Amino acid sequence: MAEHSAEHIVSPKIYAAVLTALLVGTVLTVEAAKVDLGRLNIVAALAIATIKMTLVILFFMHGKYSPRRTKLVIVAGFFWLAIMLGLTLADYSTRHAEPSRSQLQEPPSSLLIRS
Amino acid sequence: MHRTGELFGQFQTLEQQKETASLGMWVFLVTEILFFGGLFLTYSINRHAYPTAFGIGGNMLDLNLGFGNTVVLIASSFTMAMSVWSAQTSHKKLVPMFLIATLVLGSVFLGIKVVEYKQKFDHHLIPGHSFDITYCSKNPSACGLSGKNLDDEKKEIQEGIEAEADEAKKQGAANPEEVGAAALNAHAQLYFSLYFGMTGLHALHMIIGAGLLLWLIFEARKGRFDANYNTPVDNVGLYWHFVDIVWIFLFPLLYLINRHLA
Amino acid sequence: MPREHYLNATYGIRSWLLTTDHKRIAILYLISVTFFFFVGGLFATLIRIHLLTPGGYLVTPETYNKLFTMHGVAMIFFFLIPSIPAVLGNFVIPIMIGAKDLAFPKINLLSWYIYLVGGAFVLYSFATGGLDTGWTFYTPLSSIYSNSAVTPAVIGIFINGFSSILTGLNFIVTVHTMRAPGMTWMRLPLFVWAHYATSIIFVLGTPVIAITLLLAGLERMFHLGFFNPAYGGDPILFQHLFWFYSHPAVYIMILPAMGVISEIIPTFARKPIFGYDFIAASSIGIAVIGFIVWAHHMFLTGQSTYSAVAFSFLTFLVAVPSAVKVFNWTSTLYKGSIAFDTPMLYGLGFIGLFTIGGLTGLFLACLGLDIHLHDTYFVVAHFHYIMVGGAIMGYLGGIHFWWPKITGRLYPEYLARIAAIVLFVGFNLTFFPQFILGYLGMPRRYHDYPPEFQVLNVMSTAGASILALGYLLPMVYLTWSMRYGKVAGKNPWPATGLEWTTNSPPLTENFSETPVVDWETYDFEHRPELGLSSTVPRKPIPAHGDD
Repeated sequence: MAEHSAEHIVSPKIYAAVLTALLVGTVLTVEAAKVDLGRLNIVAALAIATIKMTLVILFFMHGKYSPRRTKLVIVAGFFWLAIMLGLTLADYSTRHAEPSRSQLQEPPSSLLIRS
Repeated sequence: MHRTGELFGQFQTLEQQKETASLGMWVFLVTEILFFGGLFLTYSINRHAYPTAFGIGGNMLDLNLGFGNTVVLIASSFTMAMSVWSAQTSHKKLVPMFLIATLVLGSVFLGIKVVEYKQKFDHHLIPGHSFDITYCSKNPSACGLSGKNLDDEKKEIQEGIEAEADEAKKQGAANPEEVGAAALNAHAQLYFSLYFGMTGLHALHMIIGAGLLLWLIFEARKGRFDANYNTPVDNVGLYWHFVDIVWIFLFPLLYLINRHLA
Repeated sequence: MPREHYLNATYGIRSWLLTTDHKRIAILYLISVTFFFFVGGLFATLIRIHLLTPGGYLVTPETYNKLFTMHGVAMIFFFLIPSIPAVLGNFVIPIMIGAKDLAFPKINLLSWYIYLVGGAFVLYSFATGGLDTGWTFYTPLSSIYSNSAVTPAVIGIFINGFSSILTGLNFIVTVHTMRAPGMTWMRLPLFVWAHYATSIIFVLGTPVIAITLLLAGLERMFHLGFFNPAYGGDPILFQHLFWFYSHPAVYIMILPAMGVISEIIPTFARKPIFGYDFIAASSIGIAVIGFIVWAHHMFLTGQSTYSAVAFSFLTFLVAVPSAVKVFNWTSTLYKGSIAFDTPMLYGLGFIGLFTIGGLTGLFLACLGLDIHLHDTYFVVAHFHYIMVGGAIMGYLGGIHFWWPKITGRLYPEYLARIAAIVLFVGFNLTFFPQFILGYLGMPRRYHDYPPEFQVLNVMSTAGASILALGYLLPMVYLTWSMRYGKVAGKNPWPATGLEWTTNSPPLTENFSETPVVDWETYDFEHRPELGLSSTVPRKPIPAHGDD
């Protein structure tokens, strides 16, 4: 399969553009953090970070110009991270701090003591 | 040390050798995603459980130094990419120059980290027996805190203790204020454990990266890398960019948790 | 025997300790994993002797905790996980795909040294106080309260993890980039598919156990609070992180064995394997689905019903690809020309015992049943059926199958068959009673039990002594055969893989000329060079690089 060394050489102009975008993103994320967006603060921060990461992967790491196999490897890595984070958080978010209804209907334990 | 561009015995062609090295580095980076991922998971669970303590901890980090470090590291990714470009276009003299720039920027990053860590040590923010989230608000001159910053911090901590005390009261503690203060300290310590764990592991990776860069500079100065052969530069570049990406996430998650008090 | 081969190509200890030849590295691993097998076996012996009588007279309860922990740690991390991949995989995979070596031979050697360093730390832990936390290292016992040598042990397992990661990385890259012309993905032997799937797990799962144990170790050393409720930490978080790896780890332990069986069955049924595509796909399927079932180890930790049902369902799902394999192997046997050589005995034993182990896993996946069976001997029996009845039989089957290739000599066939039968009998006598014990309520990891359970425990120990004999016999006759066994020739079985076209033992570089593959795997008809009939013309080679 025609590989990376058939080589698409990314031009310095693109690198400079990505650099600018990353720096802008950094300033943006700091400024966004100073505004109270409630729950959206974390969403904004992660969104900006994800865009920055994507730019680094696509251009600095030549992800855009890499063979399909490499792209699959990258996607697989993130997919698996998502599995770990997603399913664990799913467990945490469905655990209830309050006792369940059946427990609430349980009589006080003293009444359960049989002689 | 092998001569660069030489075909290793197990390969049929140089093409195959290059493909193999590249795929190997990408697979390795995937393992690193999962490795750091465990820490990010731990962070998520704990931040979700203790948002106040995490906010307080985050505000004790120096935003300017953190921002500065982020800029430095992004710039180093740029210079690293440029050194790969230089090799690919056979600008042999430029290769070591950009690599040196990358190393210098990386060292600046590490230097700033040392400054930050020392600050944490002075402010009793290293997890352990002497950890005390209230140290700075109680000894403002030792921490260089004054004026509005000092008031903000005191207010934050007071609110934090109250929130923890409420929680303690709900759970039937006899002395909620005391329990609340201890709980805030414990949860803030969790934050700092993660801070040191995550930035420490990241810094370790940077140090290894610096070592790799030194090796590359040494080879590049001999004119070893050009359009025909630049695999090591390419692959070290991939590693370096990965380390940059980790920081791209660490910065907002650690430094920008609750900056909207200002 | 060929004049020159990988064993005599160079001499001296340095040529072995600094080798980059995948075959020599495989031998180095063979010696190391066998050593750790003995270490784990020693602890197993002590456990079974202790459990002969209720009342726990052989060792104290604290020591008993150390025995089962060290048995688990030694067996899982230092025997089962590396065994087939690092010994058989290392030896055979490059030859099977027509390559001269793995993609990264030096990293292969590094993997072995990392394994040794990790092993040294763990042995140090065993020698300086032992380990009593269970191989599962649950916090806060492991991170705070245990007085045993936890820290060196977690350091050792952490280090050993990198050995696994590098092996997995090596295999993945090798299969992608080192195949000979004509060796397309769908012509790969299923042993290679199995190891590719295993390597996916190595690469994606092992880093997580690494960071988890690192965190637990740091917590222990510096009194951090991640898993300590007193500091607001969460023991459940440890369990999630731990099982995210450790469940897929069990697939690391079984997939390679399944790969071995997929080689053995067609060879000794003299038939192409039934459903090649499905077996290949099911290997990947097991690797992938295996990653989303981990919380079935945590059904009793206060999970919500939603979470539990989801994981229970997914656990049922992961049984499907395994079942696909069992059906395909069985279908391969149908109308085959069956030979009961030793590898086949292990292969058939595997199919039966793995089926029992797998089905009992489904019992445990049922939420209601798990409440009663969790932490009982039922679980112990379930996983030993898979790990011993499955993985170890696969390992021994593979060792016997490739022994002629590795050493150039045949082992004594009749003695080997007897040993296989002894092992099979001993194994079942050891572990079947444990299903009953668990069902009756005997908890695992307890040093004592009520007197009414003694008969079954005695049966189990008796079985263990027979099982031990089943293990010792091969060690003796295999060693004997290296000097006195009959010369094997290139293809004693005969089997169809590329490795059987090379000398026994092979040259260091495996092939004097790069082979060109123009036949399908398990093709018993078109291979005259293997001494198999051929009247039908070969199929053309598809273009290389269809990756």
